[in-house]
Amino acid sequence: MSHTRHPLLPRPSLRFIPVWRRNLRVWRKLMMPSLLGNFGEPVLYLLAFGYGFGRLVGELDGMSYMVFIASGIICSSAMFTASFEGMYSAYTRMAEQNTWLAMLGTPLTLDDIVFAEAIWAATKGLVSAAAILVVASVLGLVTDARALLALPVVFLAAFTFGSLALVVTSVARSYDFFLYYFTLAVTPMLLLSGVFFPLQEMPGWVQGLALSLPLAHVVEIVRPLMTGTWPTQVALHLAVIVAYGAVALVVATALIHRRLIR
Amino acid sequence: MSQTLPDETMNPHGETTPSRHGTAAFGDDAAAAMPAIAMTGLRKIYDGVSVVDGVDLAIPPGEFFGLLGPNGAGKTTTLRMLLGLTPIDAGSVRVLGMSIPEYEREVRARLGVVPQFDTLDPDFTVEENLLTYASYFGLSGPVLTQRIDDLLDLANLESRRGARINTLSGGMKRRLTLARALINQPEVVILDEPTTGLDPQARHHLWRQLRRLRQRGVTLVLTTHYMEEAEELCDRIAIIDAGRIIACDSPTALIAAHVEPWVISLSTASARQFIADPSMLPARMLEIADTWLIYTADPAAVRAELESAGLPHSTRAANLEDVFLKLTGHDLRE
Repeated sequence: MSHTRHPLLPRPSLRFIPVWRRNLRVWRKLMMPSLLGNFGEPVLYLLAFGYGFGRLVGELDGMSYMVFIASGIICSSAMFTASFEGMYSAYTRMAEQNTWLAMLGTPLTLDDIVFAEAIWAATKGLVSAAAILVVASVLGLVTDARALLALPVVFLAAFTFGSLALVVTSVARSYDFFLYYFTLAVTPMLLLSGVFFPLQEMPGWVQGLALSLPLAHVVEIVRPLMTGTWPTQVALHLAVIVAYGAVALVVATALIHRRLIR
Repeated sequence: MSQTLPDETMNPHGETTPSRHGTAAFGDDAAAAMPAIAMTGLRKIYDGVSVVDGVDLAIPPGEFFGLLGPNGAGKTTTLRMLLGLTPIDAGSVRVLGMSIPEYEREVRARLGVVPQFDTLDPDFTVEENLLTYASYFGLSGPVLTQRIDDLLDLANLESRRGARINTLSGGMKRRLTLARALINQPEVVILDEPTTGLDPQARHHLWRQLRRLRQRGVTLVLTTHYMEEAEELCDRIAIIDAGRIIACDSPTALIAAHVEPWVISLSTASARQFIADPSMLPARMLEIADTWLIYTADPAAVRAELESAGLPHSTRAANLEDVFLKLTGHDLRE
């Protein structure tokens, strides 16, 4: 059996760009409902929790609860948006519409396609985070220009969450399967990673668990940037996010290859 | 079974359709030295079963080649290996002189694919489908615009340029899929059951387009369940069963080699009376569903017998379907 493709390491080429642009072209047609979902819902959470809880909670870590939760929701929204894209949308293209199969009749390889999907999920995560950042600025919750530095971090994080979602997609047999991942991974991360309340309030083992997952590290970098201070231990946090993303991309590509090239 | 291609098999049936005079030049030497597609000892095993079991095939440039076989015979798997979509367990595939899967990217850049199932992008219009697919080949700009105009014209879809895919008929979708496969001006076009589910008009339209491609010197590889389609279009046909090529030649040569020239059919009820003593007949018989087929070189003798017994019957010339049934058996598959 001869294979130039390394059995493990994906080798995407710049041909991933037309795949990304194809997804962009579809998204532009469905932009309004899509933006509403990716951005309207987090903003509702922000306003409801922010105003509702804000009065009860007062200040947290030296900032108003509104500011605290805004910086958290930017991260969780990027996670949700990228995860949705990497699961429901990618699965539709893989299994329902045979979009990837059509692409395999062209010079594209699955390495290009899976990489493009991860970058696309990252793009959508970035768009939703940026939209929330605009709202937060309008509401006066963000005043420091350092907040813009959060965006590249969010893009990287969304790439990681998109890649993780593609791993789930690679073994999914139906849309229902994604509920396992949402219930067992995404929701626990959302609740335990310092989005809605400080991680320090949790027992030590929960903190340990949270820090073994990527979202907490995203929040640790993004929250200081959003509130006009510099994050600490940036290299460590970035390393965890990158490591999750890199491993997930490799695993997703290998599993999708095994699923489709058979 | 080895199917190397000496010059004489290249274009022996040039007289069958006019289009085949168009590309008479390739028989010389260079083209014969390098087939457009070459498979040697090709094998694919799923769960211990050889789905493709040692296929040797050489298809010269410009040939219209047909791959026929019952469901599950290994046609689609063979095509998938050709495209690099199925790992090769043994043997080798070279397309346009390049080895698969090592050069799958380069090969697919010069290939057109019409898959068995619809893979058009439902979110896009007709034109957007072509534009997007072209972008995967790195095509853009005025050259592409012109090419899309030409292809829409050829596919008779000019007026549907801005239509969504779900508003197209089955025939239109197939035409668009073929147009899409031609966006990179491929040297080889692979068609996996391109006319399944089409009405006769749509099928004839597609045939006309395929003949035009043949005329322009494009190499075509077709799988189909329609024998008259293969007989009509293909220069050469391989019949594949259980992963092996069991016959490979031009349609006329296959018919001459494998079946008697005439076929007389009659109903099972009539046949029961008639064949009380079949040894008397200068013929071979086959029962398919509720019809009996009598194969013979001497139809007059058989017809005389049938007429004297007063049994209704009909006579026709043998065709590719008769070859297919003889070689692959007539039991239901799957």
